[in-house]
Amino acid sequence: MATLYDRYSPIVYSVALRVLGDTGAAEDVLQEVFMQLWRNPGGFDSSRGNLAAWLAVISRNRAIDAIRKRRPDTDIDDVIVSVEPDLAGDAERARAMEKVRGALGAMPSAQRSALEMAYFEGLTHTEIAAKTGEPLGTIKTRIRAGLLALRKAFNP
Amino acid sequence: MSEHEQFDENLTLFALGSLTGDELTVLEKHLEECAACRRELERLRGDMALMAMSVGGPKPPARARQRLLDAIAREPHRTSLSTRHAWWALAPWYAAAALALLAGWFWRQSDQLSQRVARLESQSAEQQAQLQEAREVVATLTAADALVVPVRAPNTPPQPQGKAIYVRDKARLIFVASNMPALPPQKAYELWLIPVQGAPISAGVFKPDARGSAIVIHPPLPAGVEAKAFAITVEPEAGSSSPTMPIVMMGAGG
Repeated sequence: MATLYDRYSPIVYSVALRVLGDTGAAEDVLQEVFMQLWRNPGGFDSSRGNLAAWLAVISRNRAIDAIRKRRPDTDIDDVIVSVEPDLAGDAERARAMEKVRGALGAMPSAQRSALEMAYFEGLTHTEIAAKTGEPLGTIKTRIRAGLLALRKAFNP
Repeated sequence: MSEHEQFDENLTLFALGSLTGDELTVLEKHLEECAACRRELERLRGDMALMAMSVGGPKPPARARQRLLDAIAREPHRTSLSTRHAWWALAPWYAAAALALLAGWFWRQSDQLSQRVARLESQSAEQQAQLQEAREVVATLTAADALVVPVRAPNTPPQPQGKAIYVRDKARLIFVASNMPALPPQKAYELWLIPVQGAPISAGVFKPDARGSAIVIHPPLPAGVEAKAFAITVEPEAGSSSPTMPIVMMGAGG
């Protein structure tokens, strides 16, 4: 577990910190995610996706649960993550970061903004529509198109 | 893009955790039944993992690591060690943790392999049954002790007769003949596929048995040749590359 922690804690922590903006709360999420992995290693399906991707998604979801002050409503057993690039090593993650940032930079700003609000702030599409004054359908389309643009950056 | 486009946007919102109410209920029910949408959900989560990769930032403080290791050591379902152990004293627990993780992964993979083996066994049993049936058909057709009874109108003398069954796209041919006249020494009958275009193609050499019956099964043929007719000639035992006249039997296809 110490080895896994040393390898993957930066991802888990940085995602939680980006969402929560508070180091103490991010440490709580970090602790919780690794305890989940320790208690239930079978929750991660090694044949579908890689551990870095799975931990990143679990960390983001737990952090959003924390800002929404709700109980975690997803059993980690249910969370299967399928991702193309291998994110196990520091070098692979650095390459992925570069590509993802490039894809985000290339998006229209309204699309990037909708995606970031949904992803990092945990705002629902309804809340984003209310905040921006845009139609609900437009927001839904922007969020989806934004995520697919990231996928496409790895499968051009 | 999933197979069910009407669910695409809601799948994205579901992955992000922001789908609620009736839409959530409807989608959850659909996901139970639809493997394609479950797969798309897994991919969307993969996209979410990529989004997480955009974040850089400071590493977690050292105290977070110790806090985790202490918490693991305190887990109630394992024999508890007192906290504040030296790092080396906890080494067996880290090893146990690593083993537990590995065991979990191996168990998953083993379970998937077992399911795959079960599927393959079931397919194999089905294929064995089909193969057995096919063998029995061929054995009946070719059995030396089979009773072969030509059925014809009364008071007609037995005539040489053959039937060619040909599947063009698979180049499969079965030919069954009865009442074939006995052959001169060192001679054999040769079956010919007469194509719509081009020269006759040999479809094998055969000698009828004492009762005049013969069968040719799956001679080597090029695929996709459209047959205009099938014909039989008498040739040397080794066969000929082109038919020697006269044609003793012939039937037009189609």
